[in-house]
Amino acid sequence: MSEPTEESVRSDVRAWLEANWNPDHGLVEWRNKLVDSGWGAPHWPKQWYGRDLPVKFNAIVDEEFARVGAVGVAKAGIRTLAAATILAHGTDLHKEKFLRRILTGEDTWCQLFSEPGSGSDMAGAVTRADRQGNKWVINGQKVWTTSAHKAHWGLLLARANWDVPKHKGLAYFILDMKQPGVQVHPLKQMNGHASFNQVFFTDAIVEPEFLVSDVGDGWTVATTTLMHERRGADGLRSWAVGSDRKGRIYDEERAEVATTMEPYKWYPQRAGRVDLVMERAKATGKINDPVIRQEIAKLLIMSKSAEWTARRARAAQEQGRPQGPEGSLGKLASSNVARQAARVHTYISCADALLSGADSPMDGVIAEILVSVPATSIAGGTDEIQRNIISERVLKMPKEPSVDTTRPFKDVPRNIVSAS
Amino acid sequence: MRFSFTPEQDEFRATLRRALEARSPTKEVRRLMATEAGFERDGWKRLNQELGLTAIHVPEAYGGQGFGFSELGIVLEEMGRGLLCAPYFSTAALATTAILNAGTEEQKRALLPSIASGEVTATLAFAEESGSNEPSAVTTTAAPSGGVFRLEGTKSFVLDGHTADLIVVLARRPGSKGEDGLSLFTVAGDAPGLTRRALKTMDETRKLAHLAFRSVEAKLLGEEGAAAAPFAKTMQQALICLANEMVGGAERLREDALAYVKMRMQFGRSIASFQTTKNKAADMLLDVELAKSAAYYAAAAIDEGDEDLPALASLAKASAAEASLQTAIHAVQMHGGIGFTWDNDTHLWFKRAKSSEILFGDANEHREKMMQHWTH
Repeated sequence: MSEPTEESVRSDVRAWLEANWNPDHGLVEWRNKLVDSGWGAPHWPKQWYGRDLPVKFNAIVDEEFARVGAVGVAKAGIRTLAAATILAHGTDLHKEKFLRRILTGEDTWCQLFSEPGSGSDMAGAVTRADRQGNKWVINGQKVWTTSAHKAHWGLLLARANWDVPKHKGLAYFILDMKQPGVQVHPLKQMNGHASFNQVFFTDAIVEPEFLVSDVGDGWTVATTTLMHERRGADGLRSWAVGSDRKGRIYDEERAEVATTMEPYKWYPQRAGRVDLVMERAKATGKINDPVIRQEIAKLLIMSKSAEWTARRARAAQEQGRPQGPEGSLGKLASSNVARQAARVHTYISCADALLSGADSPMDGVIAEILVSVPATSIAGGTDEIQRNIISERVLKMPKEPSVDTTRPFKDVPRNIVSAS
Repeated sequence: MRFSFTPEQDEFRATLRRALEARSPTKEVRRLMATEAGFERDGWKRLNQELGLTAIHVPEAYGGQGFGFSELGIVLEEMGRGLLCAPYFSTAALATTAILNAGTEEQKRALLPSIASGEVTATLAFAEESGSNEPSAVTTTAAPSGGVFRLEGTKSFVLDGHTADLIVVLARRPGSKGEDGLSLFTVAGDAPGLTRRALKTMDETRKLAHLAFRSVEAKLLGEEGAAAAPFAKTMQQALICLANEMVGGAERLREDALAYVKMRMQFGRSIASFQTTKNKAADMLLDVELAKSAAYYAAAAIDEGDEDLPALASLAKASAAEASLQTAIHAVQMHGGIGFTWDNDTHLWFKRAKSSEILFGDANEHREKMMQHWTH
């Protein structure tokens, strides 16, 4: 068979869509056809619902889908992290059982990594996995779990061996979320939303075949998940947008998108809404205040320079050049931009910044910026961790001497919990 | 808009960096900065001619290389990095740019080839004793007298003004005000009636002069009374050149400070292993890279005729001013006591950063200019 080319891929997918696309299908019915044809995930292996095509052709496939308005496989949410992890580390049983229903959107997933006692130090997880008979029994607590209340399955990192150093004692499981030992409670944030959950395990059960990798290799598998998470801008694969076309399949897709994206609806405010600054400054007349003008200018300089820096990084990547330092700075820059934007919105709104909701500017959007921005410098890797990554990986500065990576985890000091 | 340099541009930068490392070690910088001229004519002429530096953005029709401001920006960034002691900014970024913007075809043909070839050094004199960069503040007058003009007044803060062979002067028609009646003139450095005095500068690598004009004969450059627009454009382009020079210096400071903390041991470990040092180093990288992005973008915007140029020039200057001074402050701090000594090189770039912060207007001034452009 000849090598696929842009032209051959385009004509293949076009012919298949002409023969098969029908907006009167139900969403799952249509996606099952996509899965069978391999056009739902063309860069995946042929054996597992793909076509073994180089990833660069995905854009062409997407274009052809968009041209006829065809709906694609489910792409938003944690499910894509699950798929990437299972493809890389899962057994045939895992692939058999989970991949199809990920693509059809029938199953949703959540990621059970962070704990109250281990945020930046994720490998310090203390949720226990104990082997009892032929099952794994899970006890402990996870937190910051997006969509856990809807999820059918969870990607779980838990400690199975306490007698080895921390990175070596972790195991990675696929956990059935719909069981009595799993309790999910929403976690209300300082901005009033509850986009995340706390998940409690009390003797939750994992069947032995749902262990991904060997005990002790859990951290390696988690690294794969995290790598895919970072690749999509801080946790969001892409802003899923439903089509505005009419018809049953589009209605079903819109409902799915609305559910998946619900936890993220305040994210634009989290980033500071730089786009609203000039409009607000003009509307309030604060555009004439020389001090506020200086602060707005600082913000614009920062946000434009950050954008141009990201473009430099992308240009280097597109040319296949080694990535320069500019590629590691986006997360830190976005924290600075968000903070300065919140400052400027405060100056512009003045007394109105005392209010919230319908009593406040733009029906609460400005108030939501002020109380959402603090998440930017924490979520998806704190500024402190970003600075460590930049200084160690880009600037090649030495690590701090470590006190927890060589001794058995059971001997490592843990959080002091005040007795009250 | 391009967001990366071409392989040819990268190659040019590498060649230039090697040449400047060889020809402008800090020992040489220290030797030249202690002289009144601030450079040596023969050495500079040789280096300039080898690399064609003053010819970079001069069109081929006038004996130049015909490159754009992106390439000029590369030269200036490398000069900022190497802290080369030479009248380059004054000749290329200021005088050449002014002649290109204001001069008639005939004047360009007459003036530019000798600048491009490195025979003639030049500068632009606009600010006066008030230090203002606004053309409306100009009080030096030019009165017509028998086919030529006679200049009367003083100029100050003139880059390399005491050594330039050719001085482009901004002056006004007697009795005119604001931006009306402004013209540019060319004056020979040794013209009768011109008294030049080198000013003592905080940054000894950047020489400034005070020029007193007493009925000095001058030739009109371009159109009489119509210099406001070409002068404004010249200043925008010069600001972008300066921003590129500044980020070159900032990167050098950042790299040297990083190399130092990696070597320095205290409490039995490298001070580069302390998070307080690492956090600072990461922030310095962020500051410098963002300022570089702004400087590169603005230089490319000149070449593409971007209509936001006035705002982008001010943006790049304000960004470079904050970033390079902050980097310099951190760099001294990271060196500790040794960083405050004369023998350590950090102060050379610290002073350049401080000087550049103010030259052609500080960050506050340029943030306001940027806002004016984007809100009118």
